[in-house]
Amino acid sequence: MSSAPRTLYEKVWDAHVVERRDDGSCLIYIDRHLVHEVTSPQAFEGLRAAGRRVRRPDLTLAVPDHNLPTTARVDAAGNELPIADRESAEQLGALRHNVAEFGVPYIDALSAKQGIVHVVGPEQGFTLPGTTMVCGDSHTSAHGALGALAFGIGTSEVEHVLATQTLILSPSKTMEVRVDGTLGYGVSAKDVVLAIIGRIGAAGGTGHVIEFTGEVIRNLSVEGRLTIANMSIEGGARAGMIAPDETTFAYLKGRPLAPTGADWDKAVAWWRTLPSDAGARYDKSVVLNAADIAPSLTWGTSPEDVVPITGVVPAPDSFADPSKREAAQKSLDYMGLTPGMRMQDVPVQHVFIGSCTNSRIEDLRAAAAVAGGRHVADGVRAMVVPGSGLVKRQAEAEGLDRVFTEAGFEWREPGCSMCLAMNPDKVPPGERCASTSNRNFVGRQGPGARTHLLSPAMAAAAAVTGRLADVRELMG
Amino acid sequence: MEPVTRVSGTAYPWGAKNIDTDVIIPAHWLKTIKRSGLGKGAFETVRAQPGNIFDDPAYAGAPILIAGDNFGCGSSREHAAWALGDMGIKAVIAPSFSDIFSGNAFKNGIVPVVLPQEAVDRLVEVAKTDEVTVDLETMTVTTPFQDRFPFELDAFRRRCLMEGLDEVGLTLAKDTAISKFEERLDDERPWIRRDAAHAGFAVEGAGRT
Ligand code: SF4
Repeated sequence: MSSAPRTLYEKVWDAHVVERRDDGSCLIYIDRHLVHEVTSPQAFEGLRAAGRRVRRPDLTLAVPDHNLPTTARVDAAGNELPIADRESAEQLGALRHNVAEFGVPYIDALSAKQGIVHVVGPEQGFTLPGTTMVCGDSHTSAHGALGALAFGIGTSEVEHVLATQTLILSPSKTMEVRVDGTLGYGVSAKDVVLAIIGRIGAAGGTGHVIEFTGEVIRNLSVEGRLTIANMSIEGGARAGMIAPDETTFAYLKGRPLAPTGADWDKAVAWWRTLPSDAGARYDKSVVLNAADIAPSLTWGTSPEDVVPITGVVPAPDSFADPSKREAAQKSLDYMGLTPGMRMQDVPVQHVFIGSCTNSRIEDLRAAAAVAGGRHVADGVRAMVVPGSGLVKRQAEAEGLDRVFTEAGFEWREPGCSMCLAMNPDKVPPGERCASTSNRNFVGRQGPGARTHLLSPAMAAAAAVTGRLADVRELMG
Repeated sequence: MEPVTRVSGTAYPWGAKNIDTDVIIPAHWLKTIKRSGLGKGAFETVRAQPGNIFDDPAYAGAPILIAGDNFGCGSSREHAAWALGDMGIKAVIAPSFSDIFSGNAFKNGIVPVVLPQEAVDRLVEVAKTDEVTVDLETMTVTTPFQDRFPFELDAFRRRCLMEGLDEVGLTLAKDTAISKFEERLDDERPWIRRDAAHAGFAVEGAGRT
């Protein structure tokens, strides 16, 4: 029996339909649910109020990340240090209490396995190809890098999944984003995804699930793919997916929560059937050529405001769409930039290397390669926040922490940190930050903070030069 | 949830595009463990500017917000919907919404109404002086000037809004179907289940160096 060719997304969707409903929506089974402290308290409260339980604690994993300070968590004697911010402490305490009450597996702030939820999932092998995966956080799209259908949900949906292990969803449209060719010197996964968002726009993927394909994507490591899928949501997409392949399987094998033995073999056999069939159709397609992608960064307050580092601040008049013109003017006022200014002449006061987009070991290696033997420029505060305790440990085993600290960077404890400035790590008003995170929204890194998104190597280049800099001039 | 069939009253004639959830409710308000009280923080950065629309007494307590394309983009925080609800907003009209935000809005009894840009432009004009009505019965937005803009809503969501249904309760009634699916899952993809033996994570605390 042959069926019509299907995309990766359609195969994963079809394998999770519990029930089709008359209006075209479906009750979809959820295989993996990640929980953190910010978007879960009201969901647990809802369960408690209705006398409900967590249906499948074994498919759920909780870890605190957003609120945690990135300073030391234990004193010299190994005793837990209190968290100064009362509300943060209360929210973290609520998570500890809720996981105990509902029997949810939990990685505590004091565990070496703790980290940003989207770094921990793949690292532990909790994220698997062909699974449906959710978390109360929009960058859940990251897990699509391993071929999962992974997306962010709101707190009511968190409650729905905790209680029923399902969600009511309408199928998304499909969009292929193909990146052909080979990446140029000094060009990383972050530059690729910035170029993609610059091309399709911040709402370009709305209503769609993107599948990233092409030679560039296939040649990326799983960590690079995570950077790309992570930012799918910044292009408006519900999720981003990358077909699982030998690279994915090699990455997962032996991870603590990955299948073993006969289960592993059976899993790999099924995972191999997942890539989109020849002839499968997408509702939209976009093709980029790697040769056109330079080390890139944002100039404005939307992730679509992308220019190559060799470029200049654009003039609002250069945009055809009048509303974009107006938005560009507002962005420039907020960012304190004038049209025609060379990006490379823009000074920075802060550098943040971290976030679920770029805080894995390969990111830290890339940044350290630029920082090594150099020093953070005068007047710049630069911090490195590893994505998890295990990334931190690995980096320390490789001596990267010393490279950073000797160069004048701060070396901190894992968490979301300056990505959203919920903990004390903030950029002061009017100051400028070169950041490896994923959002340059107004006030994202603190009220009045100005953010330029870029790759870890470019962030390190900004730290040591004190301005936005072309990393290629510092390499090799 | 309170049933919603009709939202009628003054509307904030805003029309701004790409309003992300960081603007609707900044991150420092996310430390709450409750759903209520977030109205105070709604649009905090906008409100910091003198003469802003949200502090204009002409629109105080308006149940409708008129916005531009891509409303609610960015972070998935449901706090954005709670904040709007807490400031009394029961419907948002825009040319498009982020997927996550519109899901959150529905679940909190806020109607995300999608209308074409021209209709939104017209409503922004009308709302400066007159009231606007969103009717779920007739699926139209109307004004005192015989404007009549039809809109669409997912049938299930419309029913949930109009009857004030609890989605978790509705799905729990499907327990048999879910259990059947789980049996099939155990059989076809046994690696999904994580038995106690390799769950391995019950309150993990030690080991930090
Ligand atoms: S690092 Fe930033 S984007 Fe990632 S989960 Fe944390 S707050 Fe969200």
